[in-house]
Amino acid sequence: MVIACPKVSSAALLGLLITYGPACAADALTIASFGGQYTASQKKSQYEPFTASTDVTIKSVDYNGGLAELTAQVRSGTVSWDVVDVELQDLDRGCADGLFEKIDPAQLPAGSDGVPAIADFVTGSLHDCGVGTVIWSNVLAFRDPAFPDAKPSRIEDFFDLERFPGRRGLPKRPHAILEWALMADGVSPSEVYRVLATPEGLDRAFAKLDTVKDHAVFWETGAQMIQLLADGEVALSAAYNGRVQSAISEDAKPLKIIWDRQIWNADYYAVVAGTGAKGRALDFIRFATGTVPLAEQTKYIAYGPVRRSSQPLIAPAIAATLPTAPSNFSNALAFDAAWWISHGDAINDRYAAWLVQ
Amino acid sequence: MNAASPSRAGWALVLPLVAFIAIAFLAPIATMLLQSVHDPEIADLMPRTREALARWDGISVPQNGAQAVTADLRAASAANQISRLAQRLNRERSGFRALIDVTARQLDRNPDTELAQIDPGWSDPDLWRLLARVTSPWTGQHLLNALDLTVTADGAIVRQEEARRLYVDLFLRTAWVAALVTLICALLGYPYAYAMAAAGPSLRALLLFLVLLPFWTSLLVRATAWIVLLQRRGVINEGLLAMGVIGETGRLDMIYNMTGTIIVMVHVLLPFFVLPLYSVMAGLPASYVRASASLGAHPLRTFARVYLPLTYPGVAAGGLLVFILSLGYYVTPALVGGRTGQLISNQIAFHMQRSLNWGLAAALGTLLLLAVLLLALTLPRLAERGGLRA
Repeated sequence: MVIACPKVSSAALLGLLITYGPACAADALTIASFGGQYTASQKKSQYEPFTASTDVTIKSVDYNGGLAELTAQVRSGTVSWDVVDVELQDLDRGCADGLFEKIDPAQLPAGSDGVPAIADFVTGSLHDCGVGTVIWSNVLAFRDPAFPDAKPSRIEDFFDLERFPGRRGLPKRPHAILEWALMADGVSPSEVYRVLATPEGLDRAFAKLDTVKDHAVFWETGAQMIQLLADGEVALSAAYNGRVQSAISEDAKPLKIIWDRQIWNADYYAVVAGTGAKGRALDFIRFATGTVPLAEQTKYIAYGPVRRSSQPLIAPAIAATLPTAPSNFSNALAFDAAWWISHGDAINDRYAAWLVQ
Repeated sequence: MNAASPSRAGWALVLPLVAFIAIAFLAPIATMLLQSVHDPEIADLMPRTREALARWDGISVPQNGAQAVTADLRAASAANQISRLAQRLNRERSGFRALIDVTARQLDRNPDTELAQIDPGWSDPDLWRLLARVTSPWTGQHLLNALDLTVTADGAIVRQEEARRLYVDLFLRTAWVAALVTLICALLGYPYAYAMAAAGPSLRALLLFLVLLPFWTSLLVRATAWIVLLQRRGVINEGLLAMGVIGETGRLDMIYNMTGTIIVMVHVLLPFFVLPLYSVMAGLPASYVRASASLGAHPLRTFARVYLPLTYPGVAAGGLLVFILSLGYYVTPALVGGRTGQLISNQIAFHMQRSLNWGLAAALGTLLLLAVLLLALTLPRLAERGGLRA
């Protein structure tokens, strides 16, 4: 699509060169998300249909979570992202820090079955500053050929190098990893966050991680994680379920998901405070979190929609691969974003130090 | 005003460059140096507490402290800054966030509540000593932390607890890697540069092209190419396996560790060694070597006593360039370094991008900058002296 720019002065061109900003802010929107298969699913189910119906072009930017880039943009007054895809712990903290615009849930369209948005979105997926999109999950995934005999099936197996030899993949951030380490060490799921809040519990989790440290390869992004698994660099890895599912169903990679004690979390769309395109950003969010786009997204990545009205539109074969499918969800644990907000700083630093030591 | 003097015209011509250097180079460095010791965030959010605690004896719970904190928290709450303050204080002591959140919420409901009634934490003199320290906009904390040191509640400087000790080891690791990469570059680059200087024109052009080709290729492309070659199911391992050199369980770990970092860094930095060395070698008259030979020196003696000393300036220039570039290496270790191949710059990036602890990032950057400056000032002199003596 060609965008007509009404006035391109040399000053505007210079500004464009310096800021890489969109040339015609009037009909463009910049959306930051997590890249790879996940962003691809958003493009197909949300960005492209939105552009087709409104003529607003969408510039997609990859980032890797966290609030650093956003904080820098908002505090320096050079906001170049309009909409961001954020996880709950970042949404909550960013909202309190004034990084996001408030969103009134009454503005959201009703579900396609006529149920008002407030009742249609599952509990917790509407936030003062964001609108939920998908439920995704931290799971373990393994290369099927790496374990010719017995297959790993439980969290404990990740730490059992004797029965299940092979290198382990771990993310460079501790979310869900410390929870698993404690559970594998015998802590029950309902006790995990209470134990992890004590210094002894934290030491215990790190001690458990120490047992696999020498066999671990660390990844930064979901795309890297899939590459490590697909190339056989690691045999068993902490993973995001949707990306693994895409590698299985689209690229025929010999990977398997372990649903045992999956730790699920949600993603949200939020509008960056101070964006010049607030109206368009809200239009986009209203569109993208509608019943149909959310249901469409499951065709491209196995993350569950947060609207109840989207459920009936999902093909049964796809529904079975979602984290929320009953057979996968039996002993799932909810990621405690509030807990991570109050304890995360010290733990993140310690994990980063542990990683390099 | 009819004719500017040539020197003034000259100044006008270099002015854009001077301005560019000042804006794009000096100003950011000055900001970084300042940020490593100046952190006014808490002081700005708690001005009354700062003032009250500035005149405190540091022993008992301060008289007017609670009043000042109450006023500051209410002001921060009104300005929607509680979360920011809580987050910042939490970095100084884990659990501070919860204390601030609870206290601020209670004060919103009833502004006259005593702090000690809201949470017994407020009667702890250690907490007040911490507050007195962190409400000062000037801090040596970040520089101490960057050296794995910390300040206890009573003001003594001690080493960090073991789980948090990190940076001294990383600085040493970075220096060691830089030295090793420089040495390998020298061993590989010296013969190569010599071959270039000694070759005929067409071979020289080919050799030069082979050095420049990777030089012109994107860093990311080269790192990815190395991943394809070196990984466990990569070209080299598969080749060795097919030849029967290694077994299925004996696959070599050549990437996502220190080995990977060093291999790729050498590859990326080799041109920086070869090119300055070559330019020195190409400028050497062949007559010196011939003179030495005609006076009866063995070729090895000629090389050791005549040729090698004459190329010292090139070795020093290339070596210094490679060493200093290595100290700041970031992208390569991030891509192929795995866990054990991380360098100090990766930690700086971590604190800039993820933990948002810009003060610590600035302190680490300041120490790195000082180390580089020290080397840049002393090494050429050392090399010069060595060259003169030879």
